[in-house]
Amino acid sequence: MTVQMAESGEQRVTRMQRFASRGDAPILPKSSIAGRALVAVVAIMTFLAALTTGAVMLVRAAASEWQADVTREVTIQVRPVDGRDIEDEVKRAVALARVFPGVAEVRPYSKEESARLLEPWLGAGARLDELPVPRLIVVRVAPGAAPDFAQLRKSLSEQVAGASLDDHRAWVDRIAAMAGVAVLGGGLVLALMLAATVLSVMFATRGAMAINRPIVEVLHFTGATDGFIANEFQRHFLALGLKGGVIGGVAAMALFALVGLALEGLFGGAARDQFGLLFGRHSIGFLGYAAVVAEIALIALVTAATSRYTVNRTLQTIE
Amino acid sequence: MVRFENVGLRYGLGPEVLRDLTFRIEPHSFQFLTGPSGAGKTSLLRLMFMSLKPTRGLISMFDREVGTLDKNALAMLRRRIGIVFQDFRLLDHLTTYENVALPLRVMGMDEASYRGEVMELLEWVGLGDRIDALPPVLSGGEKQRAAIARAVIGRPQLLLADEPTGNVDPMLAERLLRLFVELYKSGTSVVIATHDIALMNQYNARRLVLHEGRLHNYE
Repeated sequence: MTVQMAESGEQRVTRMQRFASRGDAPILPKSSIAGRALVAVVAIMTFLAALTTGAVMLVRAAASEWQADVTREVTIQVRPVDGRDIEDEVKRAVALARVFPGVAEVRPYSKEESARLLEPWLGAGARLDELPVPRLIVVRVAPGAAPDFAQLRKSLSEQVAGASLDDHRAWVDRIAAMAGVAVLGGGLVLALMLAATVLSVMFATRGAMAINRPIVEVLHFTGATDGFIANEFQRHFLALGLKGGVIGGVAAMALFALVGLALEGLFGGAARDQFGLLFGRHSIGFLGYAAVVAEIALIALVTAATSRYTVNRTLQTIE
Repeated sequence: MVRFENVGLRYGLGPEVLRDLTFRIEPHSFQFLTGPSGAGKTSLLRLMFMSLKPTRGLISMFDREVGTLDKNALAMLRRRIGIVFQDFRLLDHLTTYENVALPLRVMGMDEASYRGEVMELLEWVGLGDRIDALPPVLSGGEKQRAAIARAVIGRPQLLLADEPTGNVDPMLAERLLRLFVELYKSGTSVVIATHDIALMNQYNARRLVLHEGRLHNYE
């Protein structure tokens, strides 16, 4: 001991300085926590969750666009009624619709146009004069306006013989239902993936605790509370969760960007048109990327919270 | 400081390994705990360290009855006790410095606030040049000293040591004993479990002798 004491103060200071440059090592060795497999599981889960979210958002955006397109116009149909001149009835219906509040434009299809609409079914030479062909009037709704179609329907049936109003409600309902199912399905898939992540983390935490049992014991002997031990595990699993989440999330974002890019330029023509027809001109925008970032945070937090819960539960059972 | 009254301990349904233990450890005292192998020295130390619960009787530590305390309160009490295990129980992935500093870290202290203190203690036990070494490369004696340093870094009021000289040569054993006596003189109560007669003969102190599960007191 005297030998150590005799050591010059200068030497000691240098040693302490050299030492001071190092931080505290984690109490749980990184390698002892089933790290890589868990990171992979979390990464895959985040990736799939992000893809699901992206798909749901795309379907919702497309559905709302279709819905908007469909509700932007309604059709008045005027059927010929015996003893009434259909042209007069059409004119009256047009006049009625034109002054109706919220209507931007009214355009009746002429006889020739009606004939052209029927041409694919009846052939070019059909003599429509002899057939009771109904006439259509397209009513465009002013942007942002929500006309009272029930009132319009009522006025039409009262004042125009053979008139009926089709506000495409059936289509709108179907699209809304489809979008709803897509969102519900997506939500269900997300919930399942979250549950799978929670279970994987539980198993991984239990494994890590079993491997690190001697360390947990030593921590107990040195006066550590359960809370301290749980914190140590939680910190590790938060780091693992974040790592996996970032890998999966960034991969998903890269895929979104790549698909967007491919649709913009590389394929050009046909593929883009096809996609555009189906989904409109949508892409995973800012909101989509924000959702992926939120998912990364969520999955990392769930990972940390699950491990804390598991550690606390396990510590309860050991003295 | 430590009070045992009619304490008995059995493992599972086996026979009682400790019977009718009634004794006290006074503040600022030094004692050896001895007895043949298998007499229950380690079990008694574990009872004092509150890592085992007695099957009967009453144990009070620092004037608090152990049976009534929850896990957090036990952890707080353990911080007032330093323990040296027979097998050291150093964490292999932490350096000597980090192992010794562990009790302070566990208390939530900032590394900068205890660095000087830990370095000083490591110098004192002769490990000043081994701060960065991992336990697997330390010799038996070095491990022993690191384990003792870890036990005393938190300035415990009670120090329990299980065969602290079991793995070292007589020279080092003597040095370690001097270290324990120093601690005792600075106010810590020390209990050393050993069956090393030579060691006990070096220092005149109270002896608690365990024999067939019962305790005999030789002042």
